[in-house]
Parts: sequence; structure tokens; C-alpha cells
Amino acid sequence: MSAVAAPLLELRGVSKRFEHKLDLPGRLARKLGARICDEIVHAVDHVDLAIREREVVGLVGESGCGKSTLGRVVARLLAPSEGERFWKGRPYREFDVERERRERLAVQMIFQDPYASLNPRMRIVDVVGEAPVVHGLVTPAERDDYVAELLQRVGMDATLMRRFPHQFSGGQRSRIGIARALAVKPRFLVCDEAVAALDVSIQAQVLNLFIRLREELALTYLFISHDLGVIRHVSDRVVVMYLGRVVESAPTAELYAQPNHPYTIALMAEVPRVDARRREYVPIRGEIPSPLSPPPGCHFHPRCPRAFARCRQAAPPLREIAPGHLSACHLNDPVPA
Amino acid sequence: MTQQVRPGKGAPGTLLEVEGLRTHFFTKAGVIKAVDDVSFRVERGRILGLVGESGSGKSMTGYSILGLVDPPGRIVSGRIALNGTDITRLDAAAWRKLRGNRIAMIFQDPMMTLNPVLRIDTQMVEAVLAHHAVSRDAALARCREALSRVGIPSPDERLRAYPHEFSGGMRQRVAIAIALLNQPDVIIADEPTTALDVTIQGQILFEVQKLCRETGAGMIWISHDLAVISGLADDVCVMYAGRIVESGTVAEILERPMHPYTRGLLDSVPSRNTPGRPLAQIPGMTPSLLKLGNACAFRERCPRAIDSCAVAPAARDLAAGRMLRCVNPVA
Repeated sequence: MSAVAAPLLELRGVSKRFEHKLDLPGRLARKLGARICDEIVHAVDHVDLAIREREVVGLVGESGCGKSTLGRVVARLLAPSEGERFWKGRPYREFDVERERRERLAVQMIFQDPYASLNPRMRIVDVVGEAPVVHGLVTPAERDDYVAELLQRVGMDATLMRRFPHQFSGGQRSRIGIARALAVKPRFLVCDEAVAALDVSIQAQVLNLFIRLREELALTYLFISHDLGVIRHVSDRVVVMYLGRVVESAPTAELYAQPNHPYTIALMAEVPRVDARRREYVPIRGEIPSPLSPPPGCHFHPRCPRAFARCRQAAPPLREIAPGHLSACHLNDPVPA
Repeated sequence: MTQQVRPGKGAPGTLLEVEGLRTHFFTKAGVIKAVDDVSFRVERGRILGLVGESGSGKSMTGYSILGLVDPPGRIVSGRIALNGTDITRLDAAAWRKLRGNRIAMIFQDPMMTLNPVLRIDTQMVEAVLAHHAVSRDAALARCREALSRVGIPSPDERLRAYPHEFSGGMRQRVAIAIALLNQPDVIIADEPTTALDVTIQGQILFEVQKLCRETGAGMIWISHDLAVISGLADDVCVMYAGRIVESGTVAEILERPMHPYTRGLLDSVPSRNTPGRPLAQIPGMTPSLLKLGNACAFRERCPRAIDSCAVAPAARDLAAGRMLRCVNPVA
């Protein structure tokens, strides 16, 4: 890893909590001695993440692990409850209004559901062309040509721009969502399960589009997915999350060759593979616990086959176990208990 | 593989035989051939994978077997034989006796099976009593056994819970338990693990595989995911635009695919490609079922299309159990 340039985007100690305050009857009941309190979900728990220019970072985890929340914090759709975000080495809070506006455009998001993320009442030319006109990147007169160029870039026929979203298939809608994100000339794309809703043959087309755009436009991606095969294909580095915390982070080839954290190992073992024939499934026990009341110590210990006493008491810190390979597991502690 | 022998009238191992099934939808815009000349067999204790992309007719094949095709759709021709008896000509009452009893279905969304306002025990007991004249206690005992069989801990407690008290994976287990209640001959599973996480999917696949071996039920596993099918199924049928384009055992289809579509599907799976390089892709998209002419439906997207593809190829039997519908197959 080169230490020359500051990372394009960095999170330091970022947490995101969602709180549900008690309503009036609840507060009264508590005054009278009922043992209830505000509900707090720790969706993201002290995450450090640095993404270098032109890097593709894959973020994997099961549903409810906080990967989408983290993506939204990165895209600045959500403000973190704690911690700080940096853009090119400088904290966002130092930016003035004008710079803030400009940098906000630099990070764009591509959403999972190509059906729900396009306004059904807007024509494609408006869906894609609205933002660049509002932000003064093109004049209203240039808009149609600009949209045509974008649609061609994502592999679509530009003559279809007067149509409505319902006239397109899922794969085409994905492309429209990508064109919309690219319309404001971003440097960084957060792709939240961007290919999850697509059929295999269409998924391959859209993944190829992502790979091509990265080359052509020098983009940086945070690629969020539950699909380890997809992540392996597109990412340079993979970050694994479990219940709000990063448990492992490593260059892609290394993570798939030598996963360290027991959760990562289990996750890799569960992935169905085309070459595996009539295999015996050896499932990991249990389910992801509720983030409302995460287990103490290491979050994974109730399901971990190798848990021991310390795992139940203290959360393991993320530790470098090889160059660029971080893992949060007590099994890597210098003196095992 | 344990094989329980239960009385059946058909061939010894064959539970379900589908022959030349056609389910068409008669809409204002024209006739949609959702299922067009589909044939396959489900053997005792074996799992048949039905693979295809959205709109390929795989779910509609499942619904046809269960008699769940609503107007404007109907089964136009073909034969569905359960234990040797053709069930396509049955009346509504006879279908009702079969569904949930001899043939059961597991849907993608377990909330399609479960009623959110009824407790699990109410729903399960109802399913038993609908088909068997037994006491409530006997029915409850059977429910308890079904729940523990699919790996639900403390079934007595869970029987008194409502569906919202279960997680997604647990709900799917309950749905599978309900499908198993009356020891059906055939279970049709329509993408039951698609909405679940990988670790939970692994658990469910494990239970399903075990159950099929233990009870000797035949299963049709409908999925778009070749990787799941490859680990789970014994035989595979690949569907495209309402037709089975290729079928055979899992090993044959996945190791020596002959239809260009199967080949393209396999090649576009990310884990079979070099990371970072462009994926092999099938150009274009699934054709509209309204606009299918006489030509092979895959012709427009096919890299090996030749002149004779202008006429839809007939199904050819290559060897025992191996079928192909292509005039210019991959070597």
C-alpha cells in the first residue's frame, strides 16, 4: 500500500446509531419501575475505512450487518452519530458551502432495486438530465445531447430517452440508474447491491459495464454485495462486516486464499459453487443476532466454532496479521488464553 | 440413499411424470406460451433442478403441476401423471385433495404460505385436518415432529408463536415443515432460498437434502441460481422462453453443456471467470413471449446460430435421460 497520497475517502471511528425514544406510556411505565429503556440499534460500530483513488473496495456481509448503512454514510445520505469522514485527507466539516456542494456531487450512489429507484412518472431524459442541469454542469439546451451521450456510454440506445421507466427491463433500468449517477461527473460510486436483482446473464452484462466505466472514467467504487462471487470478481480489496463491525479486511486474492476470521471462513464455506457437485452442506449454527441487543465481547462468539472465554468478554480489535490484511479475532492474540 | 417404498401405481421409481405440458395465456395482445412442450420425470428420493431466468416459465411449470393456473391461462395439452394417474383432467374438488397432501409447494416468500394473524399451531393443524380424520392431539403431535425435523429448536414453544416472531430463515423452515406435514410424494420448491442470507441458505439446503433422502419424496427445485442447483440437485432441466432446452444429470449438464444457452449461463457466473477481467456475457435479453415466432427462441442471442435455426428445433434424446433442443450444439 503506498503511503504517498492521502486516501480519496476515509472514515475514522464512524458509528451510526438509530434510536427509538420511548413514547409517553413507555416513559410513565419506566417511572413506575418497569425495566424498559430507549431502543438503540448500533447499525455501524466504530468503523475505520480508507479507500484510495481508483480502488474498488468490496463490502460483504449478511443482511442486517450494517453494510447498507455504512454505504449511506459514505455517500453522505446519513450523518454518522460519531466519528469523522475525510475527503482527500481533509475532514468534510472544514469545507465551506460552495466546496461542500461540489464535493457532494463527487460521491454518487447506485441503488439495489432498479424498479423502485426510478420515478415512474419521469421520462428517462428527465431522470438522467435533471441533476446536471440543476447543478449547472450543462445548460438546459445542451441537456438532451448530454443525456444521449450518457445513455450510449452505459450501452443503451439514446433514441429511447423519451420513454418512461416501466417500458424498460430490469437490466436496462440498472443502466439508467448508472447513467443517472454518472450524470454529475462523480469520482466515487457507492454501489449498494447494484446487481442483486438481475438475472445471471444480465448481471454479467452490468458487471462488465462497471468494470469498463472504471477504466474509462477513472472511478473509485465501494461495491456492497452479499454475493461473494460478484465481490471477488470486481474488487481489489474486500471488507467483511458482521453486526455493525468490520471483522476482516484484505486484498481480494489473499482473503479468498487465506481467510482468517472464523466468520469469513464460514461464509466462504457456505457459498454454493458451480463446480461443487451434490455436496454435503455443513451449516454454521444459529442466525445473526438482533442488533438491538448484540452479544457482549466478540459479536460472532455465539455462532463461532472456536470461541473461548475471552471472546465472551472483550471485543477483539482489528489487528494487522499480514501486510494489508486486518482481522478482528482473539485467536490472533500474541499469547492465546 | 434410503428408499421408502410406498404404494404407487406407476413405474417403481417414478413419482411424477410430465409429458408435453403446454400452459398458454390467452391475452388481448395474443397467446403467451408460458410453458411449451415441457416433459420431465421426478423420481423417488431425487431432486430435480429447474433452472432458468425470469420469465422462462419455470414457476409456471410448478403452478401447472399444482393446478394453480388462473385465467386467462390454462393447461392446453399434455399429461401430468402422479403415481401413474393423469391429474390434468381432475375437477376442482379432486385438485384440493391433492394439493398440500400428495403434492406440496414451498414458495419464495414464506409469508405467502403463512397467515400473519394466526398462530403457527392453528395453521399447521388445519393443514393436517384438511386431509386426515385424526384427533387434534394427534395432529399437533405430527406438527411438532415436522417442526423438529426441519431443525426448529423447542417446537412446543414455537408452535404457539405467530409468524412475525420468527426470522426469515425460521419462517421458511416453518413453510417447509407445513409442506412435509402430510408426507407428500412430490414437493415443488419455488426459489425458497433466494431471499435468504448465504449462511441461512446453507442451513436450509442441508435440511432439504436430508429430508429428501429420509422420506423418499421427490422434489422439484426451481431456481435461477446454477450454483445452488449444482450442489443440491441430481438432475437438471434448463428452461428458456417456455421450453426445456437441455436436460440430464447435474454432472453432465454442468460439465458438458451442449446447448449454447446453458454454456453461456455457466460462463457468465463470476466465480468461473478471472477476477477483474470482463465476464463472458450473453448479449441481448430474454425475448418477449408474445413475439416468439417459429424460430428457435435463443437464435437472436446465440453465437452459434445458423440458417436452420429459423425452425424451432425438436427435442432430441441423446442418451438415456439426456435431452437437447438444438441443431448446432456446442461440441
